[in-house]
Amino acid sequence: MSEVLTSISNAIIQGKKDDIGELTQKALDEGQSAQDILYKGLMPGMDHVSDKFKAGDMFVPEVMRSARSMANSMKILKPLLIETGVAMIGKVLLGTVKGDLHDIGKNLVGMMCEGAGFEVKDLGISVEPEAFVEAVKEFEPDIVGMSALLTTTMRSMGDTIKALEEAGVRDRVKVMIGGAPVNQSFADKIGADAYAPDAAAASDVAKKLVKKS
Amino acid sequence: MTENLTTTVSSKSQTVEISRNLPTVIIGERINPTGRKKLQAALEENNFTIVRQDALDQVAAGATILDVNAGIPDGDEPVLLKEAVRIVMEATDVPLCIDTADPDALSAALSIYEGKALVNSVNGEERSLGEMLPLVKEYGAAVIGLCMDDDGIPESPEKRLTVAAKIIERASKLGIGPEDIVIDPLVLTMGADHNAGRITLETTELVVKEFGVNITMGASNVSFGLPDRMHINAAFMAMAIHAGLTCPITNPLVTELTTAVLAADLAMGRDEWGTRWIEAFRSREKSD
Repeated sequence: MSEVLTSISNAIIQGKKDDIGELTQKALDEGQSAQDILYKGLMPGMDHVSDKFKAGDMFVPEVMRSARSMANSMKILKPLLIETGVAMIGKVLLGTVKGDLHDIGKNLVGMMCEGAGFEVKDLGISVEPEAFVEAVKEFEPDIVGMSALLTTTMRSMGDTIKALEEAGVRDRVKVMIGGAPVNQSFADKIGADAYAPDAAAASDVAKKLVKKS
Repeated sequence: MTENLTTTVSSKSQTVEISRNLPTVIIGERINPTGRKKLQAALEENNFTIVRQDALDQVAAGATILDVNAGIPDGDEPVLLKEAVRIVMEATDVPLCIDTADPDALSAALSIYEGKALVNSVNGEERSLGEMLPLVKEYGAAVIGLCMDDDGIPESPEKRLTVAAKIIERASKLGIGPEDIVIDPLVLTMGADHNAGRITLETTELVVKEFGVNITMGASNVSFGLPDRMHINAAFMAMAIHAGLTCPITNPLVTELTTAVLAADLAMGRDEWGTRWIEAFRSREKSD
């Protein structure tokens, strides 16, 4: 693999958010395609971060720095990727459900999914079921990811799935849920397609979901 | 500097005073099914054995007030909370902090509570102020006010102060005095934003300076996502007490935290002759 792509991977792992723009430009100048920089530079770096995080060897602030570094590189690459018609691996719509204001886990899921090559749209916190429905129609995601940290708000996940059904868009998406109080059996109960126990797992689950569909 | 107010809460047989002139009061946080799957499963089956044991363990470990939360998905919160409160009142003598966002559950729990409860909580949202505060007044309880409103959790200490002011003002209109309001400045994690701790500490200082009210917080969240959390939690606890925290909601079974509280009290001149510090030391020695 080219030296510059390896340096980009390393810059992601080390969270060198201020240097990565320059490295990205250097790679382009050396004739690397935006697609190769994404798939052979950024994504292997984020994969490594994701594995280390899962193993408890990297921590939230480090993951956030890596994700910020990735975003800084993507700022340069995105217009080029669109120009050349390179598709991301899928689209993920995210939100913390109605009544719940917790966003760290959900933000990490967004970062991990971006790192895995998804286009991510984040609706933020306390998202009404209707807002999820509207966004599904507009953004046309492959996956809807919902987060809840409270036992009192996790029921909004079921409400949101019902709202998607009533709007007739449930079949267009896969639904993935996560958060401290939920588990696989809750996911089954409310008719979600998948449960992810943490942010690193979420991007793996998302990858599997788009492969299936 | 505004005068430091004293919040009084009670059970049938005990009265607890919360004030910056007295040792820090620990509100035991364990009776809360959020993130505790065993407790959640037990409550789903109307089994209160864990609730009872948690109450006994926390009081033995030095909790002077116990938080009681019975919110589970699809659970009948008014029924569960009322029963949990009844069980804890039966098991211990300490005053209770009734933890719910549901007015019906609050009303059900307060209706059987003997003494003056602390209600956890209201926030600056219209719905919360409109539905919860009248119940606090009706039952003569004290109440925790969270520094957040319809727009979420403000980022700056000044804006959080504004929410605290709004809660205090609305309570006052109903005849609930500031001595019966305990403000929670809210703690976000430094794992996601390294300024989160500083913002909480500054909010605490501002609220104390402006209103003299008592301050609570769930201080363990501050270290989420970081390694070696216990050391962060202990240091932050001591700093928050210096800033004005008087009644943290925390886990009294964690020795590092209770020790940090005792050390902070000693450093703040609230432990004459170091009596409480030495007593705690002896009891740790004995249990080793």
